[in-house]
Amino acid sequence: MSDVPADLRYTKSHEWIRDNGDGTVTVGITDHAQEALGDIVFVEIPDQGREVDAEEACAVVESVKAASDIYAPLAGEVIESNALLNDSPESINNSPYDEGWIFRIAPNDMTALAGLLDAAAYQQVVEDET
Amino acid sequence: MGLRTPLFSEHERLGARIVPFGGWDMPLHYGSQIEEHHAVRRAAGMFDVSHMRPVDIEGPDALPFLRHLLANDAAKLTAPGKALYACMLDPQGGVIDDLILYFRGPERYRAVVNAGTAEKDIAWMLSQAEGRQVEIRSRDDLAMIAVQGPDARNRVESLLPEDLRAPAMQAGPFFAAESANWFVGRTGYTGEDGFEIMLPSADAAALWRALVAADVRPCGLGARDTLRLEAGMNLYGQDMDETVGPLDAGLGWTIAWQPEERDFIGRKALAARRDHPERRDFVGLLLTGRGVLRPHQSVLADGRVVGEVTSGGFSPTLERSIAFARVEPGTPADCAVDIRGKPVSARIVKPPFVRNGQVLIDL
Repeated sequence: MSDVPADLRYTKSHEWIRDNGDGTVTVGITDHAQEALGDIVFVEIPDQGREVDAEEACAVVESVKAASDIYAPLAGEVIESNALLNDSPESINNSPYDEGWIFRIAPNDMTALAGLLDAAAYQQVVEDET
Repeated sequence: MGLRTPLFSEHERLGARIVPFGGWDMPLHYGSQIEEHHAVRRAAGMFDVSHMRPVDIEGPDALPFLRHLLANDAAKLTAPGKALYACMLDPQGGVIDDLILYFRGPERYRAVVNAGTAEKDIAWMLSQAEGRQVEIRSRDDLAMIAVQGPDARNRVESLLPEDLRAPAMQAGPFFAAESANWFVGRTGYTGEDGFEIMLPSADAAALWRALVAADVRPCGLGARDTLRLEAGMNLYGQDMDETVGPLDAGLGWTIAWQPEERDFIGRKALAARRDHPERRDFVGLLLTGRGVLRPHQSVLADGRVVGEVTSGGFSPTLERSIAFARVEPGTPADCAVDIRGKPVSARIVKPPFVRNGQVLIDL
């Protein structure tokens, strides 16, 4: 059974979202997603300063198997991307919720965060898939 | 649900991720595809290839039949046990399948064909065998385990039936030895030394478990694909098929043009293709920019599309992305590949990329 931390928010497309408490959120992909993708060998991270819409494809994670788009969960500005992934894409496999984070966003509307899935709802998404 | 090999429950027990492949449910990996790849390059790994199909071809007309059926010449096989890689073509010069043909003795041959094409292949063989004294028998009663890597020989030896040990260890590369219903070919699809062992399905799980106990790492189709890509080996359905013939897929070396009077199926079409303006070169690509090469990406040179990636992926040995591509003759070595709309720089290189653990191209 994959790890679904209770303090995060989630999307149906398997991103996790952490509220940093300072008007920003951090985004990555879930343990379930990294396991399904297999060994990750390349990550294309978004440029700092990029304005993204909710559900806009803004990063790409490539595993040995295939390329997968990563979607912005909320509209806003990309304020930082995880440059460590350029050299260590496998961090997403090894530490999906910590060292394997992908980008941070300053959302236009922080209240939209509450509209995303909570851990229980995401767990249901995973169970329905398997 | 797809077909299951006699080793399916072993894969489940080992926690394999199972995927559909050529009509079969097969292991993609058992945890980490990259670690499995390294195990084969550095020590020993094994693959359940029971989905592939041995086909026995026997009878007084077996040799003339095979010399007509295959673009490579079965008459090259004179030493018992010797193997030959060959394409089976249609009259238009398209590839029905690629296969390994083993010579077992006078009038006795064994072909091993791909899983997804086996029924089509056998139907084609039967249609071509009409009026000839040749028997074609599908051996779906056999399982097959490929043990590959520099340590494969050592770890396999004591697990073979006793009377097969010495002949198998003495077999040269691309030779086979057999005893009763066991058949051991020193062949493979990884670019490493090793064996492909065909054996009765009922014996397969015991051998698999003994190999696990001998520290041979179970490997899935994922590692099999990256190993064969590094080794410069084509994959049917991706690098060649009924629409892309051997001359456009880097398989010209498998066509035996001599003797000229040998009339094999597809010969006329191939002869016309040799100087055809649409014929493409089949090359290796090393991605020098960032990203991963994938099938169907466009190859760019001088600002236009000059070819297409046929097989591509991440090479665990090189830690770079590599590919095969079909390109216009004369494409410059420094080219680019369109990855999600952006040109990423690449270089044409000559496969294989890796053989016997050694990197064979300049990075």
